[in-house]
Amino acid sequence: MSNPLRGDVIRLYKNLLYLGRDYPKGTAYFRERLKAAFMKNKDVTDPEKIKKLVDRGEFVIKELEALYFLRKYRAMKKRYYEPEH
Amino acid sequence: MSGRVLVGVKRVIDYAVKIRVKPDHTGVVTDGVKHSMNPFCEIAVEEAVKLKEKKLIKEVVAVSCGPQQVQETIRTALAMGADRGIHVEVSGKDYETLGPLQVSKILAALAKKEQADLIILGKQAIDDDCNQTGQMTAALLDWPQGTFASEVTLDADKLKVVREIDGGLETIKIKMPAVVTADLRLNTPRYATLPNIMKAKKKKIANVKPADLGVDVSSRLEVLKVDEPPQRQAGVKVETVDDLVGKLKEAGRI
Repeated sequence: MSNPLRGDVIRLYKNLLYLGRDYPKGTAYFRERLKAAFMKNKDVTDPEKIKKLVDRGEFVIKELEALYFLRKYRAMKKRYYEPEH
Repeated sequence: MSGRVLVGVKRVIDYAVKIRVKPDHTGVVTDGVKHSMNPFCEIAVEEAVKLKEKKLIKEVVAVSCGPQQVQETIRTALAMGADRGIHVEVSGKDYETLGPLQVSKILAALAKKEQADLIILGKQAIDDDCNQTGQMTAALLDWPQGTFASEVTLDADKLKVVREIDGGLETIKIKMPAVVTADLRLNTPRYATLPNIMKAKKKKIANVKPADLGVDVSSRLEVLKVDEPPQRQAGVKVETVDDLVGKLKEAGRI
């Protein structure tokens, strides 16, 4: 398997794994699903399809960042500010 | 104007962790517990990095006081865009008693040494909730302060700060050098992703001891006891107004 996009895919996996450490349901839960999601597409060889999947992965990264921010913001707001705010 | 901004970052127990009090009631359990950068400190770092991206300031220096582990927190600040870090080594008993007064003395000494124009801190830490370090630092340096900042605008050597206060918002103009403390709505901190963390490995973190800065970190405070907050009692439902009046009389309220 010496697809030139192999590096991109592995990089994406590592980045998502790193993000998974802060996942609300736990790192193990996240890692299981991350691995399953990647394994499901392990036989894809078409570069176009791979690029699309990597883009989807990048989108998931953005969604996770937004999730983490919102969760933290809401927690801080609830703890430190009056309800009227 | 050196164009240098000092940002203080604190390593605290992660906001999402359920805090447990140690069995001996001397503090909370920190061993093996997830730690991260104080959320308000993240906002402070973000503001400093934004100022640099707008080319209004030249250098962002992230500072943290504590044992070896705080270097993780400094690395996160570097990954968010700070240029270099300073680790003020404080460990053991000194670290346990390290509070706003000691930290503000350290920050004041560093600000003078680094010739900083601006210090940005989080408004308070989520572990001790002191909300004192920014104010004390400004007092020690005799610098103006813009606390609870929800908006900061730089104009030459003046800062316009919109502050979140009880009645609403207050806008003040202060001259630099100054101290600003970040409130929740100042900005949206960027996440320090793995690629950013990797790039930040090249950035330097200097090691410094409080003694090198001429600061005495001994504390005049002693923690006597740490307890969990009392459990909230369940409410009681009543059927009629007479019942309510009866119950209130029972409780000695009327």
